[in-house]
Amino acid sequence: MPVLARVIEEAGIPTVTVTMMPVLSEKYRSSRILGVEFPFGHSFGRPGDGEVQTRVLRNALTLLAEAPVAETRVDLGEKWPGDPKEAYKNWQPSEPSPIVAHTIDAIRKARRDAARG
Amino acid sequence: MGEQARRCNRGCLLSVDSYAFLPRAFRAMFEAEPQLDHEPVWAEMKVPLDQARVGLLSSAGIFLAETQEPFDVERERREPTWGDPTLRMIPDGVAQSQIDATHLHINTADLLTDLNVALPIHRLNELAVEGVIGEAAPEHFSVMGFQEEGADEWRTVTGPDIAARCHAADIDALILAPA
Repeated sequence: MPVLARVIEEAGIPTVTVTMMPVLSEKYRSSRILGVEFPFGHSFGRPGDGEVQTRVLRNALTLLAEAPVAETRVDLGEKWPGDPKEAYKNWQPSEPSPIVAHTIDAIRKARRDAARG
Repeated sequence: MGEQARRCNRGCLLSVDSYAFLPRAFRAMFEAEPQLDHEPVWAEMKVPLDQARVGLLSSAGIFLAETQEPFDVERERREPTWGDPTLRMIPDGVAQSQIDATHLHINTADLLTDLNVALPIHRLNELAVEGVIGEAAPEHFSVMGFQEEGADEWRTVTGPDIAARCHAADIDALILAPA
């Protein structure tokens, strides 16, 4: 998505990215970033929870209107309202994605390298 | 361990841990992504929010069940480094019952119960009625988030297509929601 954010913004359309991984949007130097600590696939909250969905959306709109400069990041200080362990389990697909299955060795190597510092 | 506590450029606390819901095995992979050295991009809001036409873009693989092709996850199964880079347009008046989704990287069950968890069309329209924004865009944008080989097509085809459609529909701003 940071790739699209950049192309769209370059074409003159202001964007705000609502993301579970604000650190990634920062690496891509996105213009306006709203960080949410929610499980993947749930940028705006839980199903049926209109209150949280609206609150996230309001924060995104405020950032659109008020961010003073490029690379403005704001984090929503709201914890996931459900059980985080359940949420961690439930957002994931029932089987590993093809790329994960394909690159599992590379991931393990990166972990070993990271562990070695 | 979360990310180190930092402050935004307006002094607010950056409290979100990007890795909180990520399996530990993925963390090193994302941390290894380099900081891009290109200049940041910036488009000004040209109209006040309460007069703006606002659109949404989700990468949750959402499509219209009856009238649109699903994102091509069968090819992705055969070619794991490929992700379908195409675009689906979701009308603003869409009903939950019209929605389906294909995505091999997330569980789509919750958004098939309530679209608004990923593409909050109904919430956006409530805010339009309230006067927070001018109006919702007539159509919103849907892509499928996993891209590796497809990223070039996002850059050269899908992204410019989205921008052109925004201009054609007089969309003043876009809210992006990576899934």
